[in-house]
Amino acid sequence: MDTLTASLSLEEAVTVAFEQRVARAGEWPIAALPPAVLQMNLGYRCNQRCAHCHVDASPERAEEMPWAVMQAALEFAGRSRIIEFDLTGGAPELHPHFRQLIERIKAQGGHVTDRCNLTILTEAREQDLPRFLAAHRVRVMASLPHHSCEMTDRVRGDHAFARSLAGLRALNAAGHGFPGTGLELVLVVNPSGAFLLASQESLEADFRAALARHGVVFTRLIALANMPIGRFLRFLIESGNLARYMRRLEASFNAATVPNLMCRTTLSLGWNGTLYDCDFNQALGLAIGNGESAHIRSATSDELTGRAVRCRSHCYGCTAGQGSSCTGAVAA
Amino acid sequence: MAGYYDPEDLERFAEIGKASPELWGKFSAWYGSVFAPGALTQREKALIALAVAHAVQCPYCIDAYTQESLAQGADIRQMTEAVHVAAAIRGGASLVHGMQMRHTAGRLSLEHEE
Repeated sequence: MDTLTASLSLEEAVTVAFEQRVARAGEWPIAALPPAVLQMNLGYRCNQRCAHCHVDASPERAEEMPWAVMQAALEFAGRSRIIEFDLTGGAPELHPHFRQLIERIKAQGGHVTDRCNLTILTEAREQDLPRFLAAHRVRVMASLPHHSCEMTDRVRGDHAFARSLAGLRALNAAGHGFPGTGLELVLVVNPSGAFLLASQESLEADFRAALARHGVVFTRLIALANMPIGRFLRFLIESGNLARYMRRLEASFNAATVPNLMCRTTLSLGWNGTLYDCDFNQALGLAIGNGESAHIRSATSDELTGRAVRCRSHCYGCTAGQGSSCTGAVAA
Repeated sequence: MAGYYDPEDLERFAEIGKASPELWGKFSAWYGSVFAPGALTQREKALIALAVAHAVQCPYCIDAYTQESLAQGADIRQMTEAVHVAAAIRGGASLVHGMQMRHTAGRLSLEHEE
């Protein structure tokens, strides 16, 4: 199924357009605040091919952020007084300049978050990565679908759970996840199918108890909703779950999430230097502005502040229940 | 209607309240309180509901509490064990009634006296 057909199916599955729903709540347009976080997608290459991946990452993907774009991002952040950098992909660690980029960010006083799939830490060439991340005080946001082997392997493939545990243990051994070290290890949990997760608090207690039996500790847990785009959208369509999933998201719309949506303060930078309101819009090719792509080289914080965020039906995924963002729930 | 059970009816459950809003309101409030966190967690309650759904063989409830169990972080092994609990109680309930059969048969049957 091609992307256009899938996107059309998504729009047809929604009863009220997202824009109208937000307008009824008196929150339209969603205006961006001064950017505080630069989320850099270093490329779509990944050692995994997860069933829920919204950017269709896989070992075959070749897109990779050029060093010149990385330099432009550092310059943009410098002139925009942005110190929070959020590195994602694909598996960002596979980028040949991953470590060099972190060193440059730290040198200009920035803070780094690495969105890590955990299994990458078990690759032979990445064995020393936990020590590097600890030495550079990098916050690790580690994705783990479930604390059971069966549920995790079903989403990520055979042996993914065992390898994820090995990755968590390696991070723990380097100091991540222990109170007092200042080295945050945040677990990121996606539902392993066409349903929404309950509160982060109850899940965190379950994960903490279950992983303690494997000798693993972590700082906290955040729960995300699966976005109806990319590979997950195709799953929804092919499994006959799309209409019901979208009705669930629509019915769970919570206006209180809108003021705190991630897209208001986080900029998403594509591998080729194009700016997006979020990583999901990036996956859909919805660049910032009315169809005119904004490039990191010429962007300024002032021009980006106050812009209207581009929304489509997938945005219901960020406003359901307690809301969902790359940093977890956005409403009580 | 193509059959007795329509999956869409689960989402239309509240329509039952149209003819009796007061009773529906009381039921809804009580239902909500039952599933709120208490001495049992919401996950434990979802798994109990899943087991009962199988015992009463309600397809709507099986659908709803399969989703809810997953949403509460339960895994397929825990959910399968819950269904086995329901099955064991149903099976055991049948079997233990065998005692009634034995008593009745005993009353009806001749027995040789020494």
